[in-house]
Amino acid sequence: MKEGLPLFPDAASTWARDVDHLYFYLLGVSGFFALLICVLIVVFAIRYRRSKGHQAVQIPGNLPLELFWMGVPLVLALSMFAWGAKLFVEVSNPPAGATEIHVVGKQWMWKIQHRGGQREIDELHVPLGEPVRLVMISQDVIHSFFVPAFRLKRDVLPGRYSTTWFQATRPGTYHLFCAEYCGTKHSHMVGRVHVLEPAEYERWLASTPVLEGPVDAGHRLFEALRCDTCHSPTSGPRGPDLAGLYGRQVALAGGGTVLADEGYLRQSILDPHALVTEGFEPLMPSYAGQVDEDQVLQLIAYLKSLGAAPAGGSRR
Amino acid sequence: MTSQSPSPAPAVHARRENYLTAGYGVKSWLLTTDHKRIALLYLISITLFFMIGGFFAVLMRLELITPAGDLVKAETYNKLFTMHGVIMVFFFLIPSIPATLGNFLVPMMIGAKDLAFPRLNLLSWYLFVLGGVITLWAVISGGVDTGWTFYTPYSSVYANTHVIATALGIFIAGFSSILTGLNFIVTIHKMRAPGLRWSRLPLFIWAMYATSLVITLGTPVLAITIVLVALERLFQIGIFDPALGGDPVLFQHLFWFYSHPAVYIMVLPSMGVVSEIVAAFTRKRPFGYGFIAGSSLAIAVLGFLVWGHHMFVSGQSVYAGLVFSLLSYLVAIPSAVKVFNWTATLYKGSVSLQTPMLYALGFIGLFTIGGLTGLFLACMGLDVHVHDTYFVVAHFHYIMVGGAVMGYLGGIHYWWPKISGRLYPEFLAKLSALILFIGFNLTFFPQFVLGYLGMPRRYHAYADEFAVLNVMSTAGASILGAGYLLPLAYLLWSLKYSKAAEPNPWQATGLEWKTPSPPPKDNFEQTPVVTHESYDYLEGADVATEAQVV
Repeated sequence: MKEGLPLFPDAASTWARDVDHLYFYLLGVSGFFALLICVLIVVFAIRYRRSKGHQAVQIPGNLPLELFWMGVPLVLALSMFAWGAKLFVEVSNPPAGATEIHVVGKQWMWKIQHRGGQREIDELHVPLGEPVRLVMISQDVIHSFFVPAFRLKRDVLPGRYSTTWFQATRPGTYHLFCAEYCGTKHSHMVGRVHVLEPAEYERWLASTPVLEGPVDAGHRLFEALRCDTCHSPTSGPRGPDLAGLYGRQVALAGGGTVLADEGYLRQSILDPHALVTEGFEPLMPSYAGQVDEDQVLQLIAYLKSLGAAPAGGSRR
Repeated sequence: MTSQSPSPAPAVHARRENYLTAGYGVKSWLLTTDHKRIALLYLISITLFFMIGGFFAVLMRLELITPAGDLVKAETYNKLFTMHGVIMVFFFLIPSIPATLGNFLVPMMIGAKDLAFPRLNLLSWYLFVLGGVITLWAVISGGVDTGWTFYTPYSSVYANTHVIATALGIFIAGFSSILTGLNFIVTIHKMRAPGLRWSRLPLFIWAMYATSLVITLGTPVLAITIVLVALERLFQIGIFDPALGGDPVLFQHLFWFYSHPAVYIMVLPSMGVVSEIVAAFTRKRPFGYGFIAGSSLAIAVLGFLVWGHHMFVSGQSVYAGLVFSLLSYLVAIPSAVKVFNWTATLYKGSVSLQTPMLYALGFIGLFTIGGLTGLFLACMGLDVHVHDTYFVVAHFHYIMVGGAVMGYLGGIHYWWPKISGRLYPEFLAKLSALILFIGFNLTFFPQFVLGYLGMPRRYHAYADEFAVLNVMSTAGASILGAGYLLPLAYLLWSLKYSKAAEPNPWQATGLEWKTPSPPPKDNFEQTPVVTHESYDYLEGADVATEAQVV
């Protein structure tokens, strides 16, 4: 961490570079206009200062001038909008095959779980140069996952998944802050992000003890909660088979379809009657209160493993 | 009132009865329906609130001198920034210009005896005081720690502080705003002097009209939102808490639907003041009168359509974000129009840099910086980084303090001779305007840098590398604080010791200057008839060099 008077933050992700370029563009335009106004005011105030014999010249206005100083800012503003929107759409759409990491926020800590089951608190180890996708939820109030060196921030809400992604470009240790006020120890809900060379990251994964991977834990839960009674290839009309469900469009009873993403799976576990699959009766009981957010994420990890590769092999 | 024949020379104003001498005793003030006296009641009340809110800011800045949270506990710090925000926003900034200068000047500038509903006006002050007392009770009996934004489900379920009492105070004060807005709208529509067509209205009146529209349309939504939070907190009715089946982001939509337009409630009146001052101190009709007036209305309308730019990273859909970002850029245009027109008004003017003008020019500079940094926050890609950091804190203080408060102080100085009948000490006033400008920039400019570095707002303790900039900010704040105390001291001093003011010490146009200082109880001895455009600073008319001041 730096001492003294820093003026500019580290940039350690692909997106950070893009954001900085946009920032310089806006700084340039704003600096120009701020300076222009300042210089004009000073020059006019001196040049036309009140003195004996000097009289104000009445100028009611000038339509072309008005249109000019509406038009130029409008064009510049639209360029800022377009550039900012383009970047935002990019950060909202993670590339396929990104490494997935689960984040659960609670007053006042960040709980992280990696795909292989490695867990950490207020620390996040990520590989250099690989896209990482975060699936985040809060157990209580709204938090916000903020890594200044990545120029990345995303609110972490209770009751709903938020996702974002990044690709780190520089090894090092960076701040992780909670950016949404969340109660007494908000300013202590901080941690560190460690960007490691891929080989080093593999070593870290291997050296971190794992009790149980999320897929295995989810599988165990799936059986313990007797989900398989109604959700299996042979369960027939009692419940839909869940293999290959993740990422598919699901036809709903009463019309319409919904994308089976993490949010849909979570809702179907906790509030199963909200969106019922076409051809099935709303028979399923709610599991709200029986599973916590960690366990819901494990169930979802298991359901996702039933997708394209039924063997459940976790890629590295 | 004795009916004298209109006195030819304004010099004999010393013994004339005016609104201050029309009645003595506490009752004559607390039961008054005179808009000018009610303006003074408001002026005293909001000055007290400003000092309380400022005191909380002092403690915050002291805490932030060191990275460790060592001066006050985290709970206390959270209450300090919450109460600072609540009091400054709801009990100082929102009523500031409308309830004081607006109350005093709207009837005078349009040649009316009073507002349309004088008793409603008094009721609105009582509601304001009641709301303020309830909120102060909440402060004294333990405080509230949700942030002035009251985000759910923290405020509705998790916070263990006086959320309901504070919210009740804001709820009641909201009705005071609504009544004032309503009163102004009706007054401006129905009570203009003969000949005062809409196209002849002073720009301050246009600004107050636009502000009143925002107040009356926006504040009820705040009231509804507060009721919903209370329902969830008191009766566990699921509205915002997902555990009860609610949606936490819904609160943010409702809150910002009011609170973004509320920014324009704070700054539009200042823009009106600046238009008046720039005209008077350049002796010119403002360049592009129609564009300045129209841009007030454009800001009022567009201001209602941009609330979602507070929520780009909150879980709002990408498409909603795109629309809100685009609309936010559009609202920048009328703001830019105002800045360009004021600047152009200086061109070939007869520019006098007396105190009100220093404040007005300060407003233009600081509002320009505040507005331009707003472009950064409206930019979706950039907002992901700077959202909820000190960049935002700096930005809105440039708008609300650099903008709104500078305009307010400029207006107080400009109309002080009219309100009090006394001149203020010009040298001291210029000096404190300069101190304020320097102190303000030293306080808040470093916060832009802090924000881009990534320091989140509402942090009681922070990382070491942010320390130097925080020390700079606190040092600036001490200068800023001195800058606020000076006007308070010399304006009070001037009431007793300063020279009496002429009816029109600035040689300005406008009906309020055509009546004695201080004005008689009924404002005008005869209803004025307006035959000219406003700001008829004719070429060849007598030009005073510097207005008379001590």
